[in-house]
Amino acid sequence: MPALAPTSGGSSGVVISGAAAQRRPRTAYLLLIPGLAWLAIFFVVPLISLFFTSLQAPTGKSGVYQPAFEVSNYLVAIQEYWPTFVKSFIYSGTATVLALIIAYPLAYFIAFRAGKWRALLLVLVVAPFFASFLLRTYAWRTILADEGFITSFLNALHLLPQGRILNTPIAVVLGLTYNFLPFMILPLYAALERIDPRLVEAAGDLYASPFTGFRKVIWPLSLPGVVAGTLLTFIPASGDYINATLLGAPSDRMVGNAIQTNFLQFRDYPIASALSFILMAIILAVVFVYIRRAGTEDLV
Amino acid sequence: MAATDGVQDLQLVNLVKAFGDFVAVDDLTLTIPAGSFFALLGPSGCGKTTTLRMVAGLEDPTSGQILLGASDITNEKPYKRHVNTVFQSYALFPHLDIFENVAFGLRRRGIKDVAGPVNAMLELVELGPLARRKPAQLSGGQQQRVAVARALINQPGVLLLDEPLGALDLKLRRQMQIELKRIQTEVGTTFVHVTHDQEEAMTMADTVAVMNKGRIEQMGAPIEIYELPRTVFVANFLGQSNIVTGSVSGRSGEDIVVSAYGASFTIPINRSTRQDGEIVVGVRPEKLSIAPAGSAVPDRSNRVTGKITDASFTGVSTQYLAMTAWGDEWMVFEQNRSADILRPGDEVVMHWAPAHTFGLDVPPEA
Repeated sequence: MPALAPTSGGSSGVVISGAAAQRRPRTAYLLLIPGLAWLAIFFVVPLISLFFTSLQAPTGKSGVYQPAFEVSNYLVAIQEYWPTFVKSFIYSGTATVLALIIAYPLAYFIAFRAGKWRALLLVLVVAPFFASFLLRTYAWRTILADEGFITSFLNALHLLPQGRILNTPIAVVLGLTYNFLPFMILPLYAALERIDPRLVEAAGDLYASPFTGFRKVIWPLSLPGVVAGTLLTFIPASGDYINATLLGAPSDRMVGNAIQTNFLQFRDYPIASALSFILMAIILAVVFVYIRRAGTEDLV
Repeated sequence: MAATDGVQDLQLVNLVKAFGDFVAVDDLTLTIPAGSFFALLGPSGCGKTTTLRMVAGLEDPTSGQILLGASDITNEKPYKRHVNTVFQSYALFPHLDIFENVAFGLRRRGIKDVAGPVNAMLELVELGPLARRKPAQLSGGQQQRVAVARALINQPGVLLLDEPLGALDLKLRRQMQIELKRIQTEVGTTFVHVTHDQEEAMTMADTVAVMNKGRIEQMGAPIEIYELPRTVFVANFLGQSNIVTGSVSGRSGEDIVVSAYGASFTIPINRSTRQDGEIVVGVRPEKLSIAPAGSAVPDRSNRVTGKITDASFTGVSTQYLAMTAWGDEWMVFEQNRSADILRPGDEVVMHWAPAHTFGLDVPPEA
């Protein structure tokens, strides 16, 4: 944006007019302290500790490790788990695309067509959060159960190659899509809601068919929401293990499961930490490339 | 760059638009000649914007027809109509630069070489150097000109302008009025301009149609309507008028005589919408002369006596408000040719030539 007031510590979320901020820059910094302290204690310190754990070497006793510089932990993690990584990103990527396909028309409807129902629909979008994540995922076990209505129906039509949905990758992807859908809808809605509907009229007036108008005006203007929504879905979905545990077969395990098993069952803390770091690095790289490609900095 | 296929009259035939029980546009029939600068003037809610939106295809008429030249465009999709709009808030595409905004219509019509026409159009609206800026980086007046350029570049049969100057401050608005008029003269496209600003309509348009409650009250050249309003609504909406209701008491040659509150007024027959019964007598404030009570008044002049309640000196003129015997406040604009200013409380006589008087039907609800 061109007209940014020279505020110091702009990320603090405190709005101070330019002049006032220049007179008392200290206030802005003081207001940053709680947030920074929180980040330092609960994010930076554990992250550093995790990093050192990922380089530790075994002592011979199960579950006890000593400080070292064991870079080979990373090689072992990659060698052993790269298929799991690939699978995780396929699952979370598919779920993200599915969520986008489901969420975009819905967000579009709420933003432009819902009228007086808008507030109610938004409440319904976040309503699932009133029940626990775990509980909702368990509910999907019932919904997709082998003897359940959906599976029986699709089987009657011979549409399921494996004869079932539960304990297949389909169930995992469906669970991921369902659980992270609100994180897709809300940013999309926020972006679409900001678009002046008269721009659509203007596009129509300028010889754009409704579809072209969407492609040339609505879609590019909603890109910030698309980027935010896909990231908010893709990132947590990539690290998720609940859906794979509850809805998938053992062969459908994701990286999150691998990390969990290494930490809690094998008590192989260095490998678990290394896996966490690799996951983080891949996600960061993907996000970086993605944002670069989407060119959001040009859009806001 | 005259519009090649722009020589088409725009015709509205028995056009009706109802929203539920509310009739926004009520049986409107109107021909707008090709190449004219036409203003639809009226207060908010009079149906002028709805009319414009129906021509643009953004609103479906309840009944009636819209013809552009010989072709019936009533049911043509907006994106297929050869009509373009300058929107009230401009509705520029914020993600595209000025060049791409202006090129939008050409690109949608599959025209490959847009640089020439776009640059020529930006030249016409004097925005050449700003081609690569985004709309948000432009001032209101510049955005306005982009909106005009973006619509005009398509050489539409009719260019619709929906309160295009509403968002600008007064000084800029005056500037843009002249600018728009210049552009219209240069390109020769038919402009249909919707506005609630009577001065704007009179400054720019060749023909003004005054709308009220979904109907056209009066239509004609600005000077024609101003000098001879045909309804009380027009008399008050287009400029200001002093009016008094009376009844026709007789005729004298080519004039009718009206008596009201003991005074009598003469109106030329051809300046009155009726010749008998109840009638509204009106005169524009600048047509009145004002003098201390008892001053000599020219023969045959119409006159009204009163008492000044307010005198505001504006430099070129003084605006007086005077209370008449029957309790109405009349307005007088007097040029400051002498330094004698009448003061509140002064008894005065206001007089004017019968040729400046108009006679109107009494509006039903008044």
